[in-house]
Amino acid sequence: MIDPGFFLEIIPKLLAGLPLTLQLCTLSVLFGFVLALALALAQQGNNRFVLWPIRTFVSVFRGTPLLVQIFLIYYGLGQFRPNLQAIGLWWMFREPYWCAIIALTLNTAAYSSEILRGAIRNVPRGLSEASLALGLTRVQTLRLVVLPLALRQALPAYSNEIILIVKGTSLASIITLTEVTGIAQDLIAQTYRAMEVFVAAGAIYLLLNFLIVRALQLLEVRLTPYRKR
Amino acid sequence: MSEAGGTSGKDGEQPHKRHNKKGIAMTFRRMAAVAAALMTLAVTQVARAEDAPKEIKIATEGAYAPWNFVNADGKLDGFEIDLANDLCARAKLKCSIIAQNWDGLIPSLKVGKFDVIMAAMFITPKRMETIDFTQPYAIDPTSFAVAKSSELGKQGLSKDKVKLDDEAAAQAAVDKLKPLLKGKVIGVQSGTQILAFLKKYFGDVVDIREYKTTEQHDLDLAAGRVDGIIVQQTTATATLAKPEFADYTLAGPGFVGGILGMGTGAGIRKEDTALKATFNKAIGEAIADGTVKRLSEKWFHTDVTPVK
Repeated sequence: MIDPGFFLEIIPKLLAGLPLTLQLCTLSVLFGFVLALALALAQQGNNRFVLWPIRTFVSVFRGTPLLVQIFLIYYGLGQFRPNLQAIGLWWMFREPYWCAIIALTLNTAAYSSEILRGAIRNVPRGLSEASLALGLTRVQTLRLVVLPLALRQALPAYSNEIILIVKGTSLASIITLTEVTGIAQDLIAQTYRAMEVFVAAGAIYLLLNFLIVRALQLLEVRLTPYRKR
Repeated sequence: MSEAGGTSGKDGEQPHKRHNKKGIAMTFRRMAAVAAALMTLAVTQVARAEDAPKEIKIATEGAYAPWNFVNADGKLDGFEIDLANDLCARAKLKCSIIAQNWDGLIPSLKVGKFDVIMAAMFITPKRMETIDFTQPYAIDPTSFAVAKSSELGKQGLSKDKVKLDDEAAAQAAVDKLKPLLKGKVIGVQSGTQILAFLKKYFGDVVDIREYKTTEQHDLDLAAGRVDGIIVQQTTATATLAKPEFADYTLAGPGFVGGILGMGTGAGIRKEDTALKATFNKAIGEAIADGTVKRLSEKWFHTDVTPVK
């Protein structure tokens, strides 16, 4: 039934989509992390006018499917072309590439900000109090004491989030981007061999995620010297 | 079974003679039941051997107006829905029509989720490696749709039909269009022969964007994300009649044949030869008595009846 020659034929074709898949997840994880950190830090205060919009953003993006978010940002905002042109943002929303990155970034920022918020809150209060008592400024305390510990604590949960984004990039194929899944669907349309093509595409994602998990595990070990024997 | 067993169990203590009559009646009833069951089985077997089911499922895409689409009442409607109902009535088949994603049509037909595809599908040698087709029930040229203000748009739609089987004529028409399309972003439905056509003849000059449905590339044409789309003339005419497409028009010649296939036909599994024969006969009749022409004019305002 399963023909090894066919796999050898389709795998290089599928791999042609890998650079786009990698770009989508790298850029959105990068932008998403910066945004998430800002949102997590902003939530350390008590200002209601800061907290309320952030909580709304987080619950909207965590509570709706990524597929719907991509559709809304691409086709939904596409209908407001004159308004977007007026504020000079159309160049970005015109491109499916940037729409996918925006959707993935906002989605991962919402999830990651919760991971980081929890991690920062879990750093023992005594540590920052001690640091302030030693004469460090609030920014120094954050940069030298709280964040290193928080980020280390957040790493396992955050690696989950990165994997979700890698898999999430497969949805970009619905807005015309031919990344790995998009190419897989094209190949099926040409060959009608859904089983082999999806197995091969799945294997590519599996391998990619395996490498990411390994890399993050190594990072975790490096960041935890006191646990080494 | 259990009823009969229960009765004999309850009567077990009593003399047998008194109950002989009842016992025989029971045996007869049981035999009759078994015979009936066997007959049903035999009839089913015969029906299977005949290989022309009385009840069939037809799949369409439901997103390709006016060929097949979901109307305001949420029901499937369009040229192919009307035609399917007409063909089923002629062939005395009981048909149900379902909608299925374009991507999944051929794979699902192969695994038996339904029996016939009527989804504006071009008959092509590539597809015929996998499934079989009836004779075509329509031939509809493929053209570009672009902004009226663009260079190609200013030319408007020409009545010319370029037959791709005639390679010299096809190349001449393509060479005339190429400079007008250079660097343009063109939207097309993925997995279609139109995409294969676009890649083959214009792949070196245009930037191709692939969409799941034609409705999606229509939206992006209106939004200005693509400079043009390439579609069958009938569907484009229906789309361009909408007010938001007032600035867009079909342009250039219409392409037929060659890589675009031998017209639009119904897809059927290779082994269902009897069903194919039934459909071919019904389509032949519908073409001969003008039903296809009438339905075509109703839905497309033009005649797509295949000419022999």
